Amino acid sequence: MAIEVRIPTILRTFTAGAKSVEGSGDTLEALLADLDSRHAGLRDRLVDDAGLRRFVNVYLNDEDVRFLGGLSATVKDGDTVTVLPAVAGGMR
Amino acid sequence: MLTLSRELLDRVIAHARADHPDEACGVIAGKAGSDQPARFVAMTNAERSPTFYRFDSMEQLRVWREMDDRDEEPVVIYHSHTATEAYPSRTDISYAMEPEAHYLLVSTREPDDTEVRSFRILDGDVTEEQVRVTDGTGGMIET
Repeated sequence: MAIEVRIPTILRTFTAGAKSVEGSGDTLEALLADLDSRHAGLRDRLVDDAGLRRFVNVYLNDEDVRFLGGLSATVKDGDTVTVLPAVAGGMR
Repeated sequence: MLTLSRELLDRVIAHARADHPDEACGVIAGKAGSDQPARFVAMTNAERSPTFYRFDSMEQLRVWREMDDRDEEPVVIYHSHTATEAYPSRTDISYAMEPEAHYLLVSTREPDDTEVRSFRILDGDVTEEQVRVTDGTGGMIET
């Protein structure tokens, strides 16, 4: 068992086109580090110095990880992590 | 070029008018790869703001999963500008993350005249495209 990570279209350049990849780790932070070892550059698109990027949504199963501690959220085998770019904009 | 039915366009405009002066937003889903908008989905603007919009993150997860289950994709992503023209702002361009989508903008700044324009936004480049409105039976009623 592993953790399934679902990748949005715009980030599939980092996964050779794959819609989902697998990884491991005890926390979201460790999982992203593990993924980055095989999909270099992916982590940078999700995380900056302040933590999860503001306009990326990351979900653990059915919950937004922002409500679960962000990068320190606990993950385990069998979980599904879904990444979706936020849909946002404005007049300025 | 974006081709959509009068009925779908009217629903977009009605949503934009209903939420004015806040920005309204949503998607029109269609079969993956078809480039045909078919299913109107109004989204909540989590910002409830006249100058900014953002899909509610939990609603977005639900709607994106639903599209996945139905083999659909967001063919159109629409939002309104309530005091400016229907042209992508710098903010719109920097946050545009769906290279396959038609970004449909609706301006509600004039009470009696709704400006509607469509764009592709890719890596910061904006390309305006024609909007073709059909009567729903395959006939074209205006461009």
